[in-house]
Amino acid sequence: MASDAAALPVIGGGPAMRSGAVGIDSVRPGWRKVGRYVVLAFVAFLVLFPIYTTLLASLKPGGKVIDRPLVPTDLTLQVFKDAWTEGRLGRYLLNSTVVAVVVTAAQLTTSVLSAYAFALLRFPLKGFFFVLFLATLLVPLEATLVVNRRTIDTWGWLNSYQGLALPFLATAFGTFLLRQVFLQIPKELREAAQMDGLGHLGFLREVALPLVRPTLGALALFSFLSAWNQYLWPNLITTDEDMHTVQTGLRLLNSNVPDIERYNVPIAGTVIAALPIALVLIIFQRQLVRGLTAGAVKG
Amino acid sequence: MAIRGPRRVREALLALLFLGPSAVVLGLFVIYPLGRTVLLGAKRCNAQGENCRTNGLRQYTDVAQSREFRHALWVTIKFALLTVPAGIALGLGLAVLADRHLRGIGFFRAVFSSTVATSVAVASLMWLFLLQPARGILANTGWIQDLMPVVKNPGLLNDSGTALLSVALSSVWANLGFTFIVVTAGLQSIPRELHESAYVDGASPWRRFTNVTVPMLSPTLLFVGIVLTSRAFQAYGEIDLLTEGGPVPQDSTTTLTYLIYGETSIVRNDAGLQSSVAVLLFFVMLVLAAVQLRGLKSRIHYGQ
Repeated sequence: MASDAAALPVIGGGPAMRSGAVGIDSVRPGWRKVGRYVVLAFVAFLVLFPIYTTLLASLKPGGKVIDRPLVPTDLTLQVFKDAWTEGRLGRYLLNSTVVAVVVTAAQLTTSVLSAYAFALLRFPLKGFFFVLFLATLLVPLEATLVVNRRTIDTWGWLNSYQGLALPFLATAFGTFLLRQVFLQIPKELREAAQMDGLGHLGFLREVALPLVRPTLGALALFSFLSAWNQYLWPNLITTDEDMHTVQTGLRLLNSNVPDIERYNVPIAGTVIAALPIALVLIIFQRQLVRGLTAGAVKG
Repeated sequence: MAIRGPRRVREALLALLFLGPSAVVLGLFVIYPLGRTVLLGAKRCNAQGENCRTNGLRQYTDVAQSREFRHALWVTIKFALLTVPAGIALGLGLAVLADRHLRGIGFFRAVFSSTVATSVAVASLMWLFLLQPARGILANTGWIQDLMPVVKNPGLLNDSGTALLSVALSSVWANLGFTFIVVTAGLQSIPRELHESAYVDGASPWRRFTNVTVPMLSPTLLFVGIVLTSRAFQAYGEIDLLTEGGPVPQDSTTTLTYLIYGETSIVRNDAGLQSSVAVLLFFVMLVLAAVQLRGLKSRIHYGQ
């Protein structure tokens, strides 16, 4: 299994993070503690600075943003309203959601099935297929998109959900992640199940899937984030104003800056685009840590 | 023994069914395009995309020796050197800083993780609004402007000396959340006893950091390094949004990926040249992966 430490929540911390902590930390004199808070606060300020200025710039009328850029004055929600309508962000959030949900659901399904085959089924040329799957991990996305764009174009799927989602419906990464877990199922368990007349479909449902559920959660979040954050691919196959994702929609909004007085409309758009993912990550922080560290853990 | 044959066949058919969906997608959208790109990249056409002839390997050596490719490769390497070591060091620094038993540390962990929620488009636009000369926050903050006139004229993103550095800054910031989370998870998996026994032996905090923390973290740091390197070599969105490969005429931020796909790129409308560069990018990344895996084998200390 993935190491338990990787499953500890990081965002928001845990109350019992270092329950047995005595000795090193507790003998620290008070002033050193204060010093540490000062350093922490300073670094936190630096990390948050771009987020703070972005928020502030989107809450002021365009003409007022650079008067006193770091002080909250003349606050208004009008710019958000403009960004929502002019940027067609409702439509683009919907597009992104549809694509990311479809990609996530498909990646989970295809990964579970192929991982099960590699871990628990016997078939000819297994080693060959395994190496082939492994090899696809080495191919950078950027080396395939020229041809993939042609393929999608030939099929008439530019500017469509199919085009956006299709190349990402399977993932060798997910296959390997789940295969590692499936491999830990003891042979005896499978043999016993077989004696009881439980076929592979039943075994997958009753034994393998429950075992893999935590990993599946991490993979789901990872897939969703990757699909949601796609930038280059939707840029290559989208020209229709209705079919942009949030990411390429932001690009469009930024390139159509209206007039100089309202130049902060795309800034507000950026905030709107970031909010759903921030929310998703706060809810699924446990899966996030597992998902991000998955590659770092020995199987 | 009689059921053995049919069962084997049934199992193989089931495997075909299970593997089929993944195999079709990966075959159509990873393996086929890779092969097709290698073939396309070997072709040489005229400006109208006609009269193509297959140049074979020579086409690749020609492209590899071209001024544009060598420039983009150099920019990409510089970009990786600007983002990877800084990204690892900052992530490690933040993680060590926040790895304490302090009241309210959860808040700081949340802050340090926060940039993981920004996509490349979101992060890049945030930095664009900070850095642009006319209406950007930095350019219109008096003391920064006095200290560093370049923020206003021509602007950090428009000066060939600072453009790549500025894009790198935005990229390091955007990756900080990821690095922090992964390194923190790595820190928490170091057995507490190792620190305590080093402490009892009288090791200073610095020596505990260099002799316990860093060696125990080396697999994590290598993983972070590999991910950040591949992100640097695949950087596209931040360049598209912040500089469009410019400032021209030096093309100071035209990386390999931007050379292939960038709207202002010289090869943008030539699928053959795009493919050649794409294959060369793949090749460069393969070499890098091989080097990094060697590092993994020889220098990494695995705990337990």
